[in-house]
Amino acid sequence: MTEIVELKKQIHAFFTDKISESVIANRELTIEVTAGALYGVCTALRDHAEFAFDTLIDVCGVDYLEYGVSQWATENVTVTGFGRAVEQQPASEAEVVWDKPRFAAVYHLLSTQHNHRLRVRAFPDVDSLQVDSVVDIWPAANWFEREAFDLYGIVFVGHPDLRRILTDYGFVGHPFRKDFPLSGYVEVRYDATQKRVVYEPVDITPRVLVPKVIREDSRYNPTGITQEKPDA
Amino acid sequence: MPELRNYTLNFGPQHPAAHGVLRLVVELDGEVIQRADPHIGLLHRATEKLAETKPYNQSIGYMDRLDYVSMMCNEHSYVMAIEKLLGIEVPVRAQYIRAMFDEITRILNHLLWLGAHALDIGAMAVFLYCFREREDLMDCYEAVSGARMHATYYRPGGVYRDLPNKMAQYQTSKWHNKKQVAKRNENRQGSLLDFIEDFTQRFPKFIDEYETLLTDNRIWKQRTVGIGVVSPERAKALGFTGPMLRGSGVEWDLRKKQPYAVYDRIDFDIPVGVNGDCYDRYLVRIEEMRQSNHIIKQCIDWLRANPGPVILSDHKITPPTRTEMKDDMESLIHHFKLFTEGYVLPEGEAYAAVEHPKGEFGIYLISDGANKPFRVKIRAAGFPHLAALDEMCRGHMIADLVAILSSQDIVFGEIDR
Repeated sequence: MTEIVELKKQIHAFFTDKISESVIANRELTIEVTAGALYGVCTALRDHAEFAFDTLIDVCGVDYLEYGVSQWATENVTVTGFGRAVEQQPASEAEVVWDKPRFAAVYHLLSTQHNHRLRVRAFPDVDSLQVDSVVDIWPAANWFEREAFDLYGIVFVGHPDLRRILTDYGFVGHPFRKDFPLSGYVEVRYDATQKRVVYEPVDITPRVLVPKVIREDSRYNPTGITQEKPDA
Repeated sequence: MPELRNYTLNFGPQHPAAHGVLRLVVELDGEVIQRADPHIGLLHRATEKLAETKPYNQSIGYMDRLDYVSMMCNEHSYVMAIEKLLGIEVPVRAQYIRAMFDEITRILNHLLWLGAHALDIGAMAVFLYCFREREDLMDCYEAVSGARMHATYYRPGGVYRDLPNKMAQYQTSKWHNKKQVAKRNENRQGSLLDFIEDFTQRFPKFIDEYETLLTDNRIWKQRTVGIGVVSPERAKALGFTGPMLRGSGVEWDLRKKQPYAVYDRIDFDIPVGVNGDCYDRYLVRIEEMRQSNHIIKQCIDWLRANPGPVILSDHKITPPTRTEMKDDMESLIHHFKLFTEGYVLPEGEAYAAVEHPKGEFGIYLISDGANKPFRVKIRAAGFPHLAALDEMCRGHMIADLVAILSSQDIVFGEIDR
C-alpha cells in the first residue's frame, strides 16, 4: 500500500499536468491521461528507471454508455413488477452518472523489476475515436489493440495491422458496445437448396431475464466492507 | 523465366495439431516459414458480454469454459475480483482448499499439455500415460463439485462446500468383476484427502516415467532444443507470463511475487529455464508439476489439522444452507433474493490476477453499483503468447511450427473467449 502511494507521488512529480486524474482504490493505482499525451506518458513509463513498466499486461476498450443506469428502479417500494421485459422498459429517469467521454481504452501495466502495477485510462477523441497505438512501445499491444478495435471500434493510430480479430470475416458493427444487442443482428445457417451458408436477420427477441438494479440502501451495503477512500 | 512466389498454406481450423480451432495462414519459402498469420475467433462466444447481462454468480460457470483444461484457476481469478470489490476476507480453510485445487488444476493442465505436445511431435505413448493420471484428478473435481470438468466450485466468499469424507466407488459391471473392482477401489476407501494424498505419493514416480520417455530422448531433443528461442527482454516486451516467461529465464511467478490465497505460507520453488527454447519450456513445466505436488502435500497436512468454515456466513453474499432455509424466514428471503436478483457490488473497478498454469490470468471488473458487472475483461494468458507465434516461428521449418505452437500451451476457449 505504501509503495503505490509512493508510486503515485513519483508519477505526479514526473508527469505533472499530463495526468488529468489519479486514484488509488482497492489497492490499485489508476491514472487518467489525455489521448494526446498517451504515447509520451507510456514511453516514459517504460523507459524511466523509477517506473520500468516492462510488460503490458492488457489493453481493453470500455463503453460507458448506460453507466449507473438501472433497468428497474428500486429506491422506493415498487408496485410495478419486472415482467421478463420482452417490451423494453424505458430506462429509468435517473440522471446519467458518467460525465466523461463514452469510450475509454484501459491499459494494465506491470513492472517485473519493481513488482508494481498501474492502470492507465485514456479517452480517445470523441468524434473520430482515435488514440495513439502503443505497439512501438510494447509489441504485446498488437493483438490487444486489434481486439479493442474489433469489439468497440476504437481506432489505434499507428497500428501496423488494424484488422478485426475475434469476429467473423465480413462482420459489421462493434459487438461489445452497449447499444449492440446481445443476440446480434444476423444469424447464419446452411441452406440446403442454395448449397451455401446464408446470413439472415435474427429471429430472437432480446429480453432481460434479470433486471439490472442498483441498490444503495443499508441492506445491500453489508457492514464490514472496507471501502477505501479514493485519493488516499 | 517464370515468376517465383512464396507458397501460401492454410493450416487448420480442423487440424489435430491446431489445438482446437486455430486457422493459420503460413507463407512458405520452400519449407521455411516466412510469415505465419493466426486467424482466431472461431470459438468466440462473447463471454464478456454475456457476463454483463447476468448477476455475478451466474457467470462463474462461464469461467470454467474459458480455459477448459484449467477450470478452477479461471474461477479463482473471477471470484478474487468480486471479493476485492466487496472487500471481504475469505476463511483460511477455503483459501487452502483453493490453493490445493489450483495446484491440482495445474497438474491437470500440464498433463494435457505434455500429452498433446508429445503427440504433436510424434511420441504417442506419453499421451496415454498422461490421461491415466488425469482420470484420478478429475475424480477429485467430481468429489467436491459433482462435475468432472466444469466445476463452478469457487464462490465469492469461499468454496461451495467442504471436502467430502467419502469417495465415489466403482461398481461391478459386465466388464469388471468383483475382484477387479475391489482393486480399483483400493485407494477410495477413505476421504477425499486420503485419495489425494495417495495420488501425491504415486505421482512423482509417474513424472519420472514421462521423463524417461522424453527428457534424454534423442528425437525429442532434436525437435525441441534451439527451437522457438525467445530472449528474456523480448519475452517481457511481448507480454509473456507463466512458463513461457520462466522458460526464458525470468524468475516471475505471481504466487511468489504478489501472493494470493495462502501461497505466502507455502514452501515451493520457481523453476526457470536458461535458453528460452521449446525444450526449456518443457523442463519448466515438468518441474512445476513436481512443485505442485509438493504444494498439494502441504495443503493436505494443513487441511487435516484445521477444520473450519469454508465459506462466509454473510447471507447477503452467500446462500444459507437448505436446512436453515426451510425453518427460518429470513434465510428463505435471503435465498430468494440471492437467486433471483443476486447481490450488488459497490461502484469501482478491480483487477485480480492469478498464476494460471498458462501464465497470468486476470479479470478486470468494472462495477457501477449494480447486481451485474458493468464490464468484465478477461486477460487470457495464451492471447499474447499466440500473438507472438509469427515472430517465434519465422525462419523455422514447417514441422517446427507445430512444436512451437504446442510448446505455447494454447487453448482456444480462453483465447477466443
